[in-house]
Amino acid sequence: MTWFPIGNIADIPLRGARCVKTPEGKIAVFRTAENEVFAIEDHCPHKGGPLSQGIVHAKAVTCPLHNWVISLETGKALGADEGAVRTIPLRNEDGLLSIALESLMAAAE
Amino acid sequence: MTEKLVIVGNGMAPGRMLEHLLEKAPGRYEVTIFNAEPRVNYDRIMLSPVLSGEKAYEEIIIHGDGWYIKHGITLYKGHRIVAVDRDAKTVTSDHGVTERYDKLVIATGSVPFILPVPGNDMRGVITYRDLDDVQAMLLAAQSREKAVVIGGGLLGLEAAAGLAGRGMDVTVLHVMPTLMDRQLDPAAGYLLQRELEGRGIKILCKASTRAIVGNGKVEGIELDDGRVIPATLVVMAVGIRPSVSLAREAGLAVNRGIVVDHGMQTSDGSILALGECAEVGGMVYGLVAPLYEMARVAAAHLAGDRSAAFVHSDTPTKLKVTGIELFSLGDFADGDDREEIVLRDASAGVYKRLVLKDNRIIGTVLYGETADGAWFNDLKKKQTDISEMRETLIFGQAYQGGAPLDPMAAVAALPDDAEICGCNGVCKGRIVSTITQKGLASLDDVRAHTKASASCGSCTGLVEQLMTLTLGDSYNPAAVQPMCGCTDLGHDDVRRLIKAKGLKTIPAVMQELEWKTSCGCAKCRPALNYYLVCDWPDEYADDYQSRFINERVHANIQKDGTYSVVPRMWGGVTNAHELRAIADVVDKFEIPLVKVTGGQRIDLLGIEKEDLPAVWADLGKAGFISGQAYAKGLRTVKTCVGSDWCRFGTQDSTGLGIRIEKFMWGSWTPAKLKMAVSGCPRNCAEATCKDIGVVCVDSGFEIHFAGAAGLDIKGTEVLGLVKTEDEALEHIVALTQMYREQARYLERIYKWAKRIGLDEIRRQIMGDADKRKAFYDRFVFSQTFAQVDPWSERVSGKDKHEFRPMATIGYGEAAE
Repeated sequence: MTWFPIGNIADIPLRGARCVKTPEGKIAVFRTAENEVFAIEDHCPHKGGPLSQGIVHAKAVTCPLHNWVISLETGKALGADEGAVRTIPLRNEDGLLSIALESLMAAAE
Repeated sequence: MTEKLVIVGNGMAPGRMLEHLLEKAPGRYEVTIFNAEPRVNYDRIMLSPVLSGEKAYEEIIIHGDGWYIKHGITLYKGHRIVAVDRDAKTVTSDHGVTERYDKLVIATGSVPFILPVPGNDMRGVITYRDLDDVQAMLLAAQSREKAVVIGGGLLGLEAAAGLAGRGMDVTVLHVMPTLMDRQLDPAAGYLLQRELEGRGIKILCKASTRAIVGNGKVEGIELDDGRVIPATLVVMAVGIRPSVSLAREAGLAVNRGIVVDHGMQTSDGSILALGECAEVGGMVYGLVAPLYEMARVAAAHLAGDRSAAFVHSDTPTKLKVTGIELFSLGDFADGDDREEIVLRDASAGVYKRLVLKDNRIIGTVLYGETADGAWFNDLKKKQTDISEMRETLIFGQAYQGGAPLDPMAAVAALPDDAEICGCNGVCKGRIVSTITQKGLASLDDVRAHTKASASCGSCTGLVEQLMTLTLGDSYNPAAVQPMCGCTDLGHDDVRRLIKAKGLKTIPAVMQELEWKTSCGCAKCRPALNYYLVCDWPDEYADDYQSRFINERVHANIQKDGTYSVVPRMWGGVTNAHELRAIADVVDKFEIPLVKVTGGQRIDLLGIEKEDLPAVWADLGKAGFISGQAYAKGLRTVKTCVGSDWCRFGTQDSTGLGIRIEKFMWGSWTPAKLKMAVSGCPRNCAEATCKDIGVVCVDSGFEIHFAGAAGLDIKGTEVLGLVKTEDEALEHIVALTQMYREQARYLERIYKWAKRIGLDEIRRQIMGDADKRKAFYDRFVFSQTFAQVDPWSERVSGKDKHEFRPMATIGYGEAAE
């Protein structure tokens, strides 16, 4: 597992998200109203919608394509829908954020 | 192994049959349906409320597309079966699709009877059978001209009332001496005629049609006595005939209908028939209750239960015209062995008649007061001896045994097996037990689980009374639909309280109105943001994180996560310079698709999010601003070329369209707002299906509103006629502001107008100059904050973070 610095928490709007591009695809990094941060795959389990573009509420995001609601903590779809996205380990050290990517290590070897 | 079940026809009977079949034998059949109508299964009984405007088409859909997908059913829409090959066991549609079957169900319904008179094939002559007919009538009603309905039966009168309600001058021709002679006795028929005449509908009984006159298009009707009644629309509602031609060509036994046994089996062991096309026990049926009974029996046989058999029963008839109470059941002809009990209350417009034989009810006609219909039906069905209560029988159930009962007690007194919903054959006990067992709390739930009041809806009141009886005070039929799960308040209350309490931020609204969630959800936040933008244009700071992505980044998100961009082209007018600039942008950014939109704009699709600011920068240099094609706000004003170019143009429609668009661009509205200006009534800009439209005429500008051409198709309503362009602009702006201030978020103008009432809107905008001016001024004030081009703002650096990734991680970094 390797940690990659991605920037400062202030770079993300409250109740908003930013993208991180990786060779594995895009990762969405969210900042909630309570100043918590979460990282998940930027790919809705329903039809692959970009979750980073959705509306953030509590610890969840609503996908902009078809309104699935995804938990930022577990990556699982909430309500009647079923499905999940990968959650990405994220470290917050005084506002400096890094994410851990596993598969990249292998790719780099 | 699954067997192949093919169904020809997708009306209410086969729809119900499938519901039973999926319950009884799920997975037994692979089902394919061929529907000659290009749509899903809808509630045909409710077409009259759609015609009168009380319901929308979506509200009467029984099975939406999702239902067919969920159950793995293949539905061919718009496919008419033209051949059945019984040897090969295949059917073939007019589009050339051939499907094999193990079991075939024919449910082709009926076809309206067309009077064999000269001129019956002219344009303007229609029948009343399906949604297409309703839409044709609605279109014709726009003209506000004269309509003639031939046939004073159930369908004809519902059509007449609907057309009259839509502003047409309607005459009903009925060949018999009194209306609805098959369901009503002459006395009730007379009361009905008086009521309809009171509503401005002309009624001619004993009127026999000799010919339809006109020149390719209907101009009138000639009667046998030589009278000519002018009309531009003729609706034939003189009865239906079972649609049997397919079955006849296939060599099945056919009489009036397709002959079936009491198990719905035709003369071919692999083929069943049901619905209006089927003839069972020598009878054909047109009301929904027996058709649903056929559906139950057919499903049982398909599921392997050979014991199910169709049993004839009389079905009560009701007229679905708002404000007319009418109930008819059974046999009410006079006869020597019959007695009758009659109650007349002329001043109250009430007439009741019971026909008795051997102290048992065999027929009932109720007019004006029909609450006891269910009770009389129950007495008739059970053949109850009524001699004990003969004196008071006609006064109804409430007067039996002592003091009069209130309506609630009357419902409570009904036995468990009393039929509540005639269409679906649902009795009181079933409704009560389902409510209790499944813990149902809303009318919609009860409809979903029991089907009671889910067809014609006339027993809704009874069902609600049963819910109150069963649930007590916890059931509140007038309960407001909450905005979302975050609050118990409805949109209207929230809007009112925002103003009343002076709430000016989303957190303030959530705090003061006791939101149940910490920061709302994707439903309430965009709504609140709009309400605050609209109500406090100068003070409220737009919360971009509460806007849907399209409004946050000012472009339209596509399914692959790219965006589309539509530059504003005022009134749909462009020039070589602009087109060249667009062409250059397309080349430079390798934009995959360039498309002309329905609103007379150019759409550039497939742009990466990071490229958006650069695309806007280039477009901005050519003078373009955002076309707001993504906004719940003013979209486009479509125009025709008008008096500058067109030989028919009466006014400068292009100029007016551009003027309106330049005045109103940038404004946010509850839902999208699309407009158009046509230079003459030929209406090339299609202004009469827009949210707001203008049709120019010689004498000025006819302002239209509340049209729709999306999920719903609806012609506009006329707001009024004004003389000058200035007045037209003022009225349109005032109307828009009224809509902005009153509608619920995502409610299009036609839905808002239906809720508020067209007359109320006309009164405030056309009739009250002070009100109009105040609306106008508030819009103008709001525009001083709204008319900022979002594209140039972002080109200058606003919201930079939106368009750049936070970080990019490559393989190189991992190797470090």
